[in-house]
Amino acid sequence: MSRQIGDVILDLQNISLRFGGVKALTDISFNIREHEVRAIIGPNGAGKSSMLNVINGVYHPQDGKILFRGQERKKMEPHMAAKQGIARTFQNIALFKGMSVLDNIMTGRTLKMKTNLLWQALWVGPARNEELVHRRKVEEIIDFLEIQHIRKTPVGRLPYGLQKRVDLGRALAMEPQILLLDEPMAGMNVEEKQDMCRFILDVNDQFGTTIVLIEHDMGVVMDISDRVVVLDYGKKIGDGLPDDVRSNPEVIRAYLGAGH
Amino acid sequence: MGFFIETLIGGLMAGMLYSLVALGFVLIFKSSGVFNFAQGAMVLFAALAMARFSEWANAALGGDSLAMANLIAFVGAGGVMWFVAWAVERFVLRKLVNQEGATLLMVTLGITYVLEGVGQTLFGSEIYNINVGMPKDPVMMFESVFDGGILINKEDFIAALIAAVLVGLLTLFFQKTPVGRALRAVADDHQAALSIGIPLNRIWVIVWLVAGVVALVAGIIWGSKLGVQFSLATVAMRALPVVILGGLTSVPGAIVGGLIIGVGEKLSEVYIGPMVGGGIEIWFAYVLALIFLLFRPQGLFGEKIIDRV
Amino acid sequence: MLYRENGQFKTTYAADQQIFPIAQDKWFVLGLIAFAFIGVPLLADEYLFRAILIPFLILALAALGVNLLVGYCGQITLGAGAFMAVGAYAAYNFLVRIDGMPLLGAILLGGLTTAGVGILFGIPSLRVRGLYLAVATLAAQFFCDWAFLRIKWFTNDSSSGSVSVSNLEMLGWSIDAPVEKYLFCLGIIVLFGLLAKNMTRATIGRQWMAIRDMDVAAEVIGIRPMFAKLSAFAVSSFFVGVAGALWGFVHLGSWEPAAFSVDRSFQLLFMVIIGGLGSIMGSFFGAAFIVVLPIFLNQFLPALGHLVGVSISTAAVSHAELIIFGSLIVFFLIVEPHGLARLWSIAKEKLRLWPFPH
Repeated sequence: MSRQIGDVILDLQNISLRFGGVKALTDISFNIREHEVRAIIGPNGAGKSSMLNVINGVYHPQDGKILFRGQERKKMEPHMAAKQGIARTFQNIALFKGMSVLDNIMTGRTLKMKTNLLWQALWVGPARNEELVHRRKVEEIIDFLEIQHIRKTPVGRLPYGLQKRVDLGRALAMEPQILLLDEPMAGMNVEEKQDMCRFILDVNDQFGTTIVLIEHDMGVVMDISDRVVVLDYGKKIGDGLPDDVRSNPEVIRAYLGAGH
Repeated sequence: MGFFIETLIGGLMAGMLYSLVALGFVLIFKSSGVFNFAQGAMVLFAALAMARFSEWANAALGGDSLAMANLIAFVGAGGVMWFVAWAVERFVLRKLVNQEGATLLMVTLGITYVLEGVGQTLFGSEIYNINVGMPKDPVMMFESVFDGGILINKEDFIAALIAAVLVGLLTLFFQKTPVGRALRAVADDHQAALSIGIPLNRIWVIVWLVAGVVALVAGIIWGSKLGVQFSLATVAMRALPVVILGGLTSVPGAIVGGLIIGVGEKLSEVYIGPMVGGGIEIWFAYVLALIFLLFRPQGLFGEKIIDRV
Repeated sequence: MLYRENGQFKTTYAADQQIFPIAQDKWFVLGLIAFAFIGVPLLADEYLFRAILIPFLILALAALGVNLLVGYCGQITLGAGAFMAVGAYAAYNFLVRIDGMPLLGAILLGGLTTAGVGILFGIPSLRVRGLYLAVATLAAQFFCDWAFLRIKWFTNDSSSGSVSVSNLEMLGWSIDAPVEKYLFCLGIIVLFGLLAKNMTRATIGRQWMAIRDMDVAAEVIGIRPMFAKLSAFAVSSFFVGVAGALWGFVHLGSWEPAAFSVDRSFQLLFMVIIGGLGSIMGSFFGAAFIVVLPIFLNQFLPALGHLVGVSISTAAVSHAELIIFGSLIVFFLIVEPHGLARLWSIAKEKLRLWPFPH
């Protein structure tokens, strides 16, 4: 099933973000189309994670507008972003260290669980059935990410690469429309990176999820993304197809280095 | 009007004593990030040591040289507090480097119990006296300004003076000396301080020793006034809200907070108390702190707490 | 060899999610409960009921409540004693002011009232955490201490400030003898234990633990911190309030506010730390430990003293208690923050290999 890239789902206009005197983002505008894989690249400190945090509602930009499906978003809070179908993973793996892999991914289903506290305490009827329904769904994700063998392991005990996979699983459990991935392949070896690429592409293929990806590995970025945005010192210096961006002299100067 | 001023001054002086205990809190927190719930127990422990040592020394010297006995007792009690500081660092703090605040808080709860138990086992659990020559008689002042004058307790006055001097010295210590700077670095980040060569362990012993001596002074003053008994620890716990008000990292904050709490307690007891059945001193300080927590958690002078994602 | 999962395959998710996935565990606990209901009444004497079993059951319930809040949701509280007081006094007022109020009804309503108060005093947790939250809960503790002492309405205007409850009965069954009180408490505790276990393996439990582990990330997945924290306070306070009502009605009979002082709050926190944060079973372990230890020391220390020729007074024993409790808290926090419950799991792990060494 080849994915059809759709209309603009998220439109960021003139976003500026400051922390006290530090300008993290200056007048950034770009859009994201539905079902595409959009990469955000740039040197360290360029403001990429801040950009994701803005989309997600963790940071609030001082200037600029964000339009979600054509509708302007008022001040966004993280759990509202979650409700609107935006999920994300973190650079520093914000997993719940005290819980198992299964439980961590199950937390991703929180928004979809409707039974109230009393039913849960009694563990009958609606609560019990709902738990089983969601368990089935989460097991599908576990199969998909090939982590069946560690489903009961406390997350804190897993190696870094597997933790990143669980982080992805938790985001997937939300069945998001937009998936924000913050350096999902950082610290992985070649095989792990290939696995991760496969997962990301499969997600995009099978579920049509729009993917916004921060990544440093240029090979990966050029391979899997449909369009690329380049940031440097909080400003946008490139935006377009991977090949175009690759040959943009400003981008080469700032980031890729001469001779690419 | 005269009565109001009297109450006010009484509150200020009581507040000064709270500040003294609060100072111990701030010292330890500023330099190790530990909130020392056991500060109240340390006051009791130090006071017990002082009282009993003085008694024993006096008896050993023939029962007549109180000043000498007190001096010996002071040094002895100081030594005891040094031992406490060493033990806490060696057996507790060293094992809990970089643990989160809640764990450290609960550990100091455990230390509280241990100090209370050991203190009473070693020194006894009755009421003891401390006599360091504090004048007990009140004095009438400002007779020309206010009708009938204002009754001021000489003991409270001297206590307030001592507290003020101690606070001044400690502020200077933190701001101006290299050790003080090192302590501030440690409070900020244990690991970073370690990596630039600050000897964490020794620093912590020093800090807890200083806090212990502050507790000793507070214990002497309060013990002299109220007698040394177990309830001293609970009265000292009223200093907790003081640091919330003043800000956990601020030495001047401990003073201002203490004064506010001292005055507030006295005034509210006198003027609001009768309306609601009295005895509101036990919660006034805490509820005031609670209100501050809701609107300004860092207190009046503390640093803003920042959470990073 | 005996304690193995061999052959115990789970073929449905439902089977995998049971409270006791390992059959031996299930039989052990069911057996224990059966013994508690049937065997103990036949074997125990009055002293055992009054001094050990009943306090243990009630305090275990309170510790369970505190563990839900502190161990599962990560919100520290030093005011649990005050919440027990709220439960006791609320239940008392429901019982004496409303004609024909059944005993169980009064107790449960007392618990619900405490839940409401818990939500109120839980509001600071939305703004602050750690030691700041501890101070906020202390404010609740001291305020309640004062309120139950000075506001006469709470004690039904009793002149002495103490209240008493007598002639407990439920559906015609009079709860008077120690064994009857024991069974009454046992029934309630087993039920509440089940409710607690269910909640911790359902969504709400996961929400609590998510907030405890990383509340910023929890928000990003859609968990509302306000709902999670306040629901933890509410449920925890409900448990603690019911325990308070039971403590006053069943264990003490008549009480004053001092029965629920800040020492009680510390005691509950210690139970949870020693027993194991974030563990249902740990709450029971902790409660058992703290109830039994003073009695044990009272017998053991003077005997030990006799052996070495030192006479140990009761005051000395209570001081020793303080030292031992304090040291245990420090010990557990340094060595095994998951308390006795973790030690129990480790023992079970060893048991899986027994009698083989590895």
